[in-house]
This record gives sequence, C-alpha cells and structure tokens, in this order.
Amino acid sequence: MTGNAPILELDRLGKVFSADGHSVAALDDVSLAFRRGECHAIVGESGSGKTTLANLVLGLIGATSGEIRFDGATLGRSRTREQKRAIQLVQQNPLSALNPRRSVGASIRLPLDVHDLGRRSERDARVASLLKEVGLEPEHARRSPRGLSGGQRQRIAIARALACEPELLVLDEPTSALDVLVQARVLQLLQRLRQERGLTYLFITHDLAVVRAIADRVSVFQKGRLVETGPVEAIFSDPKSAYTRELIGAIPVVTEAEAALRAAIRAGAPVPAGAE
Amino acid sequence: MAHNTLQKPVLTIRDLRLAFGDRRHPTPVLHGISMHIRPGEKVALVGESGSGKSVTARLAMGLLQDQKRVHVSGSIFFDGIDAARGGAEIARRRGNRVAMIFQDPTSALNPTFKIRGQFRDVLRSGDRSISNDEADRRAEAALAEVSIPDPKRALDSYAFQLSGGMNQRVMIAMALANRPQLLIADEPGTALDVTVQAQTLNLMHELTEKTGTSVLLISHNLGVVREFADRVYVIYRGRIVEHGTTAQLFNDPRHPYTRALLAAIPKISGGGLPDLPERSPEFENPLIVHEGCGEPTEAFA
Amino acid sequence: MSEPGSPVLASRTRSKAWTAYSADPLSVIGLVIVVAIVGLAIFAPFVTPYPDHVGPTGDFAAMNAAPSADFWFGTDVIGRDLFTRIIYGYRLSLIMAIVVLAIATPIGVIVGLVAGYKGGWTDYILMRITDVFLAVPPLVLAMAIMGFLEPTLLNGMLAITAMWWPWYARLIYNVTRAEAQEGYVLAAETVGASTAHILFREILPNCWPSILTKMTLDIGFVILMASSLSFLGLGVQPPTPDLGSMVADGAKYMPDAWWLTVFPAIAILLVVLGFNLVGDGLREAFEAES
Repeated sequence: MTGNAPILELDRLGKVFSADGHSVAALDDVSLAFRRGECHAIVGESGSGKTTLANLVLGLIGATSGEIRFDGATLGRSRTREQKRAIQLVQQNPLSALNPRRSVGASIRLPLDVHDLGRRSERDARVASLLKEVGLEPEHARRSPRGLSGGQRQRIAIARALACEPELLVLDEPTSALDVLVQARVLQLLQRLRQERGLTYLFITHDLAVVRAIADRVSVFQKGRLVETGPVEAIFSDPKSAYTRELIGAIPVVTEAEAALRAAIRAGAPVPAGAE
Repeated sequence: MAHNTLQKPVLTIRDLRLAFGDRRHPTPVLHGISMHIRPGEKVALVGESGSGKSVTARLAMGLLQDQKRVHVSGSIFFDGIDAARGGAEIARRRGNRVAMIFQDPTSALNPTFKIRGQFRDVLRSGDRSISNDEADRRAEAALAEVSIPDPKRALDSYAFQLSGGMNQRVMIAMALANRPQLLIADEPGTALDVTVQAQTLNLMHELTEKTGTSVLLISHNLGVVREFADRVYVIYRGRIVEHGTTAQLFNDPRHPYTRALLAAIPKISGGGLPDLPERSPEFENPLIVHEGCGEPTEAFA
Repeated sequence: MSEPGSPVLASRTRSKAWTAYSADPLSVIGLVIVVAIVGLAIFAPFVTPYPDHVGPTGDFAAMNAAPSADFWFGTDVIGRDLFTRIIYGYRLSLIMAIVVLAIATPIGVIVGLVAGYKGGWTDYILMRITDVFLAVPPLVLAMAIMGFLEPTLLNGMLAITAMWWPWYARLIYNVTRAEAQEGYVLAAETVGASTAHILFREILPNCWPSILTKMTLDIGFVILMASSLSFLGLGVQPPTPDLGSMVADGAKYMPDAWWLTVFPAIAILLVVLGFNLVGDGLREAFEAES
C-alpha cells in the first residue's frame, strides 16, 4: 500500500515561541518520515508539541529551524496552490468547524470554489456525491448545520476536507469530541476512505486505544521531542521508552483481559504475539 | 468493598422526570429515573451525550429546578428533604452536605479570586462562624491531603497560575473540605491529560474511602467507571437501561446498548474496529437489573 | 442551489422566530408603534389634514390655537397645524436616520472586520482612530463637527454619520475577534480562501444579528441626536418641520401654549421607545435562535 519515497518528511524541525522574554521550544529537533498511504498516529499529552506539528504541516505557522518536505519539495509558510490543495485538515470540534450561517452544501463546496475545480455547474453534483461517500443524504446540502449531531457534522467536515482531492489529511483528534458509538462509526469511515482513496493520514490523538485500532505507525511525543516511533504492533508489544509505557498504562480498559495485557505492557514483560 | 445494604441510602431518586420548554409542548429529557446510593458507595451513571446524565446531576444539586421552563416531577431524597422541589432546602446543603466537581477544573474556579478566598467561602458555607485563620489552617491541611506540594503558595495563587491537574486537586479538596455526605463528580478530569486523569481518579478514590463520602460519578467513559465505581447505572435517552455492580455489568453485560458501548471501545489487544450501528431499536429495550441490585422500596420523608 | 433551507424549513424557522419575538408583549407593542409611525410617515400627504402647512404658509387667524376639532394638536405661532407638522417631522427624521445608518454602518462594519481579523498594526491603527471618536461624548462631537459646517439638514446628517460609524466598528471588532477563533474560520484558511471571502462570506453573516439589532435600536437614537442638534439650532432650518426644533420653539410659550412643546416631545419619545422595544425584541429573538 505504501510507496517508496515518503510523502511528508520532517527534517530536524524546530519551533520556538517567545513571549515576554520567555522562550518555549514547542518542537525540538524532530525528524520523521511519513509513508504514502499510511495512517500515522501522533500521540502526546498537552505540551507535547503535537498541535504545533499540525500547524507547521498546515502552514499556519513557520518553523524556527529545520525543514518540512512534501513530495520532495520544501514546504514553507507560503505555499503553491498545489501544496495547499494537497494537504487538508479535519478538526477536533465539529460544532465549531462548520459556519452556522452557511448551508452544509456551501461549506463543502468552498474548496471546490477556491481551487476552481471542475465546472461551476458540476460542483453541486460533486457535493452530493461527497455527502453520499461520508454516509449522509444529498438532501443535507441544503440544511444549516444547526440541529445536526456531532457525528453528522464531523462527517460533513470530512467531506469538505476531501472535496479538493487532497493527498494528506491532518486529523487533529477527529473523534475525541464524539460519543463512543459515533466514534467507532467515524473511525470506520476514515479507515474506509483512506483505503479507497489512497490517502495518507497524520492522525493526532491522545487516545492510544484508538491508535491501536486504526494506525499503521505511531510516533510518541513528549515536551516537543520525539520519544519513540515505529509500527503499532511493535510499540504495543514492546515499548522501548518509559513514557510510552506510562501512556499505555493510563488507558482506561473495560475487560479483565485488557487490564492484564495493559499491566504486562506497562511492566515491560514480553507479550505473546497475537494476543486477543 | 462491602457496603451495609441495610443502611438507609444517602441519595434516593425515584421516578424522576424532566422536561424543558413551555407547558403545552415540553421536550422530555428524563423519563422516570430511579437510582440510589448507600453510605460510602461509589455509583456511576454512564451514558453518551444527550442521555440526561448531566441534568440528573444538576437536579440532585438543586441547580435546575428553579429555572423557567423547567418541569420536574418525581423525587430526589437527600438528607431528609426532597431536592426535586428545589428551593432553599437544597441550596442550604450545597457545598457542605452535598458537593460537586466539574469537568474543567480551571474554568470551574473563579479566575478573579485567589484560591485562599474561594476556600474560605467554601468552609464558611459549612460553618458560618469560622475565623479566617482557622479557615486557612484547614485549607492548607485539605490541600496537603490531596498531595499539593506547597499548600501556602497554592492558596496565594489564582486558578490560571496553576496547572489543570493542580486545579483538579484543589477542586476535590474544596469539595471534600466540609466532609459532605455525597460528592457528585461530573466527568472529572475529562479536560485533562490521560495520565493526570488517572491520578485524579485514584486520589478521589482514596479520599472518599477515607472520609466515607458517597460518590455519584457521571461519565461517558466506561474504562474510568470500571476502575472507580462499585455499582453502575447505564442511561440511554433519559431512561436507565441496565443496572448492576461493576463486576456484573462488565463481565456479563445484558442490555443491547451496554453491549454496544463496550464493543465500540477500541481494544489494546488489537482487532481493529467493530461493526456496530449508531442507533438500533434494541437500545430502547426495557431495563435490565442484575441480581441483588433492586431499588429500595422503603418510604422516605 | 446550495443556499439555506428548503421552503418547509424556512417557514418553520420563521414562525419560531416570531414566537421568540412575540414572547414579550412589549416587543409587540413596540412593533405596533413603529409600524404606525412608519405608516403615517409614508402616507403623510394623505393622512394629514393640512399638508400645505409644511411649507412657507401661515394662517395668522389661527395662531397658537389650542387643540380642537379642527386642529388636533393645536397650531403653532404662525397658525400651522401641529399634527400635520409632527407627522412630516416623523417623515424627515426617519429618512435622516435611514440615510445616516446606510452610510455609517458599512463604514463601521468594514473597519471592525478588517481590524478584528487582521490584528497586528492594522488592528492597532484602526481601533485607535475608532477610540478617538468614541472617547468624545456623542453630542459634543456632533456639535464640534457642526461648528465647522453651515447648519443645514445635509451637514447635520454628515456630522451624525461621522460620529456614528465608530460604534459599529467597535461592535463588529468584538464579534469578529470572537468568530475568528472558531473552527470554520480555520477551515476556510486551510482550504486557502481569500481574506475577502473569510471576512465577507464567513464572518460577516455571523455578525448580522448584532448589526440588525443595533441598527434598529439606533434609528431611535439617531432621531434623538438629530432632534438635539436642531433643538440647539444646529440642524434643520425653518420652515422644514423637525421635531427637535418644534420642541425648542415651543419652549418659549410654556406653560400657556403647552401643546407646542408637549406634543413634539411625546412624538420623539414614542419613536425612540418604539424602536427600542423592537430592537430588544430582535435581540431576544436572535438569542433564542442560537
């Protein structure tokens, strides 16, 4: 599923924020490669730098040191049209992500209008097909987001993110604000969309259980530094860093078997392969 | 932890109904909930958004009944009164016999006052005649109890100067300062990092064991509930659908909604994502009560 | 097209809006007052008994006559029917208010949007200019401006417009700053939308409730400001009927020819009250909607 050259590369990336004479290194010397088509999870608590990382990749802020490369080309603060189109965002809060004064269809159509994709007369048809793709009815296009549930709004936000056919999706805690059952459905949708469209996901989350369910590889951040990175199975069966073990140890679990497994991982004991 | 089931419950909710809106077309939110909590017990009310769990907590504190366009029926027996009626009776008991802690500790504390002042207010609510010095002494002791490293400095700080985790501890300390009979915790620690949330819950567990305070835990997180509560009520769209001890509920979930909730949680052991419906008519199935977990039938004041 | 609401949805939100608005009987009373005044003003030539008393005529036989069957509100010092002049006074005031707001509002809104969204130096410069205007008491500022201009209707309107726009700038600045934090603005930015799009197609629609409410309330206040200016002799000049001037002129004859002052004063009170109540009702209706 993955290509040879990385779609996104972080090369000794650093970001320092200064205010009132204090400087904080939100990101410090981060080097990481993202493979095309993978779901790569970025995990960390508050202050880990994961939000800063997302903002840098999206071009909302500029790096203080180091470089970001997208498809081999340097990604600075000012980007080409192509680069803007290729990287899109799904936010955490579905209630805030849609303009309450614009119809659902208008919100989804926005990327098409901005990037002048397709003929104007065809754009509404595109919107309808996007709505179907995320599991909603085309009739939703005429509605206002008011009165729609968090799950429905998040699906609309996903449809909007897909509208201009991006290659990389930055997902910032996309299901953290959703109910458990809704989260499961939306995660499934994201999984399916990635496979069908060959997308790459930069999936930011604090929830390691979600990482286990959906990600191919995971990178753990703490206080702006990359602590550990690797395939999900490897990180879960044999986490090298104490911090990763601590994070795994804090995951709330619901069965005895899960609790035992969590304790074993936490203690650094070897975990039998294929533990279910 | 075995609890004396013959002891009179600290809180008894009986057939509680709640509707919002005007008299002619009210929007029903609670359809007749019954719950109880015995002394020293930790009971969880678990549900998703819109289930009615948060409004139940607020009704128990008397925070909703007195507002316009709120229609309440049924009873909430606590400390010899019926809190469902609202008014001065339950208001008097707030902060001293029943206390509440909230989801986001930093925003729940008043940003314009130092912690010291807020603590004094809380302690005064339990004992009008308490002196400033005595209040400060007790506040320091309370903060030390929740493992805050420098209680004096914390008291002289504002909420925004302390971390989320510290503020959560401060809130717990303030809530338990008057040794209430009942602590209502509304999604505690949800706004905090996972590791901090775990510490917070451990702290709450220890302290309430120590003080013998009963806890009503409101949560959407089944993992948290499993590690904290003795008994669990599952609420779906304004109705209790399953009720059992923690062991019973998690080892043998019987109601389709409870089972869906448990299945939907991603597992550390892997296995990908389950195929579940977001809604199902089966979720409206009637209440399932596990053995030994009925509601008390005794009459109350 | 992908624009708001199916017909069914639209009519349901309309009746919900009316229910929210009419919940307060005062709002309905205000609406009745406003509709009545606007109606009278529009149809002034047809509803007033002496439409020609607006111009340079006089009927010295009937000067300073008390209210009677012929002259409902009495006559003024040169025998003109007060009722007619008050209705025409309403006409003038409403037109003035609408023109002033039609110019001041867009200026203020644009300043507020740009300053609120851009931040930095743009914000600083624009809002400090705004602050200078806001720091001076409104009437004093209007008088100061009139000090440089000849007292005419047009100049009076100019002065009021010049001191009115900063209030909208400040209001929209605050709304914009709050809305700029919302996810949909971030989404538009990451999609690559232009600043013009973000300001006018994303943020501005969320400002409408504030703008409409304020404009409604302001109609009354602009009329009051205009009346104050003409009371001081700085606005409209005779023989054009203006409520403020009428109050000023009639003051000399108090308490004998009381109707000369009392009726125009009540007229001012009614129009300000009416628009205030409607504005309050609109605010309630918008809050209920969200």
